[in-house]
Amino acid sequence: MPVQRSDALPIRNASDVVAVRQLVRTRAQEAGFNLVDQTRIVTAASELARNTLDYGGGGRATVQVLTETGRTGLRMLFEDEGPGIPDIELALRDGYTTGHGLGLGLGGARRLMNDLRIESQPGKGTRVDTVRWR
Amino acid sequence: MDRIPILKMGRFLLVTIQVDMHDRLALALQDDLTARITETGARGVLIDISALEMVDSFIGRMIANIASMARILDAETVVTGMQPAVAITLVELGLDLPGVRTALTVERGMRLLRSVLRAAGELEEPSDADDEGSDAGPAE
Repeated sequence: MPVQRSDALPIRNASDVVAVRQLVRTRAQEAGFNLVDQTRIVTAASELARNTLDYGGGGRATVQVLTETGRTGLRMLFEDEGPGIPDIELALRDGYTTGHGLGLGLGGARRLMNDLRIESQPGKGTRVDTVRWR
Repeated sequence: MDRIPILKMGRFLLVTIQVDMHDRLALALQDDLTARITETGARGVLIDISALEMVDSFIGRMIANIASMARILDAETVVTGMQPAVAITLVELGLDLPGVRTALTVERGMRLLRSVLRAAGELEEPSDADDEGSDAGPAE
């Protein structure tokens, strides 16, 4: 599907998480998402960017605006070279966490987006690929 | 490092979150507020989030933690001004802020805090004398 626009941002610290949220907000507005959808997408971005930082040891976010026959989507990719997720089904379960969080990040982000895929190899890193369509 | 200002008004502490908080700023607010409750003996905390365009699980947890810590320190917490889109997203995310009182506006939040003190027999002012009477309705 055609990518209209693509930007990548590093995620190395808590301020970078804020920068990712702001970029996603701008792109979601430009793509014409309504306020509730913008808020869903930005909240999902915040959860996933924080995961990249806290569990992946940092990485990068790529934000793309997609067009497909008659519809527009916002795609977000979060990649890290961290320890990976051994059991993805378990990681998606609400309340499951290996850190200090609430364990709502991945499962919550999946509910806020239309499609969320996780690829992870223990010891090699994690890639979360998610889209919301307008 | 930046800090979110905390204002004291009578027996209450007021906080207006106007910036997109990074995680360390949210944690600093949690620490500063609990310290100020102890220092001032405040009986209520009002947190206005009408300028917040997003509450994720981290900020949600910070708000719930502040309410729990304040309760242990004998102060009531009310969160005011949550935008509808933020409320929808919070519920979908799976966060329900247990034990956190909310009000739609700062005025209603202040009234709620005063009513808690009044119920505890700690406020002598006549009931709602200083409130606008226009939106009197069922107790919040």
